[in-house]
Amino acid sequence: MSALERLGGPLARLGSSDSELPTGLVLLSGAIAAAVLSPIAWLLFRVVNAETDVSLLTQPTTLLTSIGLVAVVTGASVLLGVPLAFLTVRTDLPFRRFWTIAVALPLVIPSYLGAFTYISAFGPSGYVADALAAVGVESIPSIYGFSGTALVLTLYTFPYVFITTRASLLSFDESLIEAARTLQVSRLEAFRRVTLPQLVPGIASGALLVALYALSDFGTPNLLRLEVLTQAIWVEFNGFGRETAAMLSLQLLTITAVILAVQSRVGDTTQGAYVGTRAGTSGDTTVSLGAWTAPALAFCSAVVTMCLAVPLGVLFVWFRRGGSSIGRTRLVFEWSYATNSVLVSVAAAVACALAAIPVAYLAARHRSTVTEIIDRATYVGYAMPGIVLGLALVFFGVAYGSTVSDIASVVPAANYLPTLYQTLPLLIFAYVVRFLPQSVGATRSSAMRVDRNLTEAARLLGRSPLAAFREVSLPLIAPGVFAGAALVFLTTMKELPATLLLQPTGFDTLVTYIWAIRESGSYGAAAIPALVLIVVSGLSMVVILSQEK
Amino acid sequence: MSRMTPTHTDESDAETDAAMDATTDAAMDAETDTAMDAETDTAMDATTDAAVDAETGPARTDPAAETVLDLDGIAKTYSAESAVQDLSMSVVDGEILALLGPSGCGKTTTLRLIAGLERTDAGTIDLDGRTLADPASGVFVPPEEHNIGLVFQDFALFPHLTAAENVAFGLSDRPESERDERVAELLDLVGLTDHADHYPEELSGGQKQRIALARSLAPEPDVLLLDEPLSNLDIRLRVSMREEIRDIIKATGVTAVWVTHDQEEALSVADRVGVMNDGRLQQIGSPESIFERPASRFVATFLGQASFLSARVAGDSLVTDLGRIDADRCAGLDAPDGSTVDVLVRPDDLRAAPTDGAGDGRIVRRQYQGPAFVYRVELSDGNTVHCLHNHTENFEVGEPVTVEIAADHSLSWYPSE
Repeated sequence: MSALERLGGPLARLGSSDSELPTGLVLLSGAIAAAVLSPIAWLLFRVVNAETDVSLLTQPTTLLTSIGLVAVVTGASVLLGVPLAFLTVRTDLPFRRFWTIAVALPLVIPSYLGAFTYISAFGPSGYVADALAAVGVESIPSIYGFSGTALVLTLYTFPYVFITTRASLLSFDESLIEAARTLQVSRLEAFRRVTLPQLVPGIASGALLVALYALSDFGTPNLLRLEVLTQAIWVEFNGFGRETAAMLSLQLLTITAVILAVQSRVGDTTQGAYVGTRAGTSGDTTVSLGAWTAPALAFCSAVVTMCLAVPLGVLFVWFRRGGSSIGRTRLVFEWSYATNSVLVSVAAAVACALAAIPVAYLAARHRSTVTEIIDRATYVGYAMPGIVLGLALVFFGVAYGSTVSDIASVVPAANYLPTLYQTLPLLIFAYVVRFLPQSVGATRSSAMRVDRNLTEAARLLGRSPLAAFREVSLPLIAPGVFAGAALVFLTTMKELPATLLLQPTGFDTLVTYIWAIRESGSYGAAAIPALVLIVVSGLSMVVILSQEK
Repeated sequence: MSRMTPTHTDESDAETDAAMDATTDAAMDAETDTAMDAETDTAMDATTDAAVDAETGPARTDPAAETVLDLDGIAKTYSAESAVQDLSMSVVDGEILALLGPSGCGKTTTLRLIAGLERTDAGTIDLDGRTLADPASGVFVPPEEHNIGLVFQDFALFPHLTAAENVAFGLSDRPESERDERVAELLDLVGLTDHADHYPEELSGGQKQRIALARSLAPEPDVLLLDEPLSNLDIRLRVSMREEIRDIIKATGVTAVWVTHDQEEALSVADRVGVMNDGRLQQIGSPESIFERPASRFVATFLGQASFLSARVAGDSLVTDLGRIDADRCAGLDAPDGSTVDVLVRPDDLRAAPTDGAGDGRIVRRQYQGPAFVYRVELSDGNTVHCLHNHTENFEVGEPVTVEIAADHSLSWYPSE
């Protein structure tokens, strides 16, 4: 293709000829994007129509707690994740493969399960407190509150920083350091001037995930009794202060937007994106730890003990004691909770896959402002805390319900319209909004690999546009569609806040069951569902890793 | 039929390749680029004449053959930039027409317009008497109804299908036995019967190219289009592949339009060559006629290393720095007495000889090509010309030389700038 044609091509596609934007596909994708964006509209609508005093908007303590939590957790995650990445990639640390896996594994434990086990271990009359009381130690620092929450969140989110930093280190071209050394630069200065600038984007993208997680997490602060925004929203929602909850949700969304803006400044630099051709091939620049080997091993062991040994140990104890606890509660575990979880997750996965195909295909094949906007819009779920999304959909369900009854007072037949609030379709819709980005991402990356020429070749060999899509594009993007759906399935299985807000009455899943146990105190019954969730999370990691190859 | 063998020997290929490099250099020279823009209008006139006239020289095509593909005044504009302007040409049954031009000249766009992958903004495209595109009356036939084969630059083989399934893709409307037979026939034609069950990623570049060709030929298209078919191949493979593709096309008798930016490729494979620049067809004719009688400075420089001698018309002769030339040697010279014209001289038209005196100029560059030398001579008036010499004739840079016109053919001339 000539320079002029390459230049003119993308612009020309805005026009009207055959190779240009297909109207039907744009309308379909646009409708999906609009549906995904609608919860924000409901939230705004609710706030605008609020009758509550505006002064409630400012809840300085809660707001500051949330911001502080995000800052501490993000900072601590970088301090844990970056050294661990460096140790496992660039040094001669013994058993590097083992540590690499062990340090990434905490990601498979949902943080609310981590918090659960930490309360059980370190809480008042927990295992550790009991054991220490036996040897005369009367009090240990409380697990509840800010420091406990920050600790647990850090332990279960720092692997994001570890993984992204590790990827940057692995793709880093060692010959760049050698080039710097030949230019009379010391080892330390080479690290500062060459290595570090290349690592910043990787660290920043991991830190973004941590920050968004810390801000939006509901389960951990709730369990550890820390008054953050998500917790305040939950309390207001249950206390029928729904307008306040809506305003707090907007605050939460605003902070999310700020975090995203900061990250795009720091992390989105192209000069950091250089990927060397001899990435990770040379072993010459591996740092020898020498006398530091023992402290490094102690550090890794401590991290792994805190992240993995404690929760798994507690779950094991629960599991052993499970039989005795069940007698004391009416919360008997039923396998139907697991099948319910699977049912909604399959429905969410299928819905996401179907919605992702037109959006991803359009974004990958027809680059233009319109398609870019549609594509970005579907990513809103990424930045939308589950509790905010759940709340917005509660508003939607209720407003829909009252509209229906308004109409029914005039047209009685409207009483036969289905309700939405606390129904499965609304719950599944929430999952779609929340997890569509995973599906679109996976589908789009495989759609990008379908060269435009392939569909043109199919057209010239007698296929209509639809037949060309079916016979050529679809088989080629299918692996991405499946991977995306699998990811959605697995993340839906462990989703907590939206599920709690939108669960139909009497419809219990693994997650809502574990949550109910929290109140009963008979933790032993949570062992099986918790272990099931951990296995599910582990599988989702496998899917993510296989996608990244 | 079995696989064709290339007719060229390795030696002659090496020689032409070397000559080609020199040619490309000259064609890409910035100084000549400006010249051709000013020339466009004159060139267009020449083109129109050439396109309709029989004086296009000894074409390799049967003159009685019927027109298969006819483009009339087609144009395509991308966001105010015109890619193709007022292009008209006819392709006759069974010929190979090469569309030659630098990148960005609109040749690929022309191909995509014919294929129906882009819509023309103006003009008509007729294939076998059926109108495929005519925006004035709202006619646009979608690509799947064209019965045109296209070999893509990057081959565009379906990665999820085997070689045989790729070839069979365009035959889905035929009964299975007939389809299998046709696939076998084509795999045999391109010599890849053994690779029928291989996936594209298991094939080499040349093999992919042949499967792409077989896939396009399988449905027996009215016209086969080739978009820079050799540009994704290893340089060493290109010469043999182009002979092979030509032989396959000729064996099937299909009419072909072959787009390339490589003048040697165009001249060697085509029955007729159309030279494009800046969205316009500059000249169309047999390879010999466009090389020997380029219609414009652009065509002259694009097809081979070209220098221009300024000359003043003085009665029956032209006065140049290198002496007088008979006006008869310039075909169709009709410039008025006293006016100046530029005479095209290629390296093989000129001979330099060392001299003790001032001579006509000095050697300023020596380009060694193995079998030959090309000397760049700066003439006393500042013009430079190139002289081709055998590799045994070794002159030094800075040496004063006389230059004589040794051409034994008529010379082309262009109005002076």
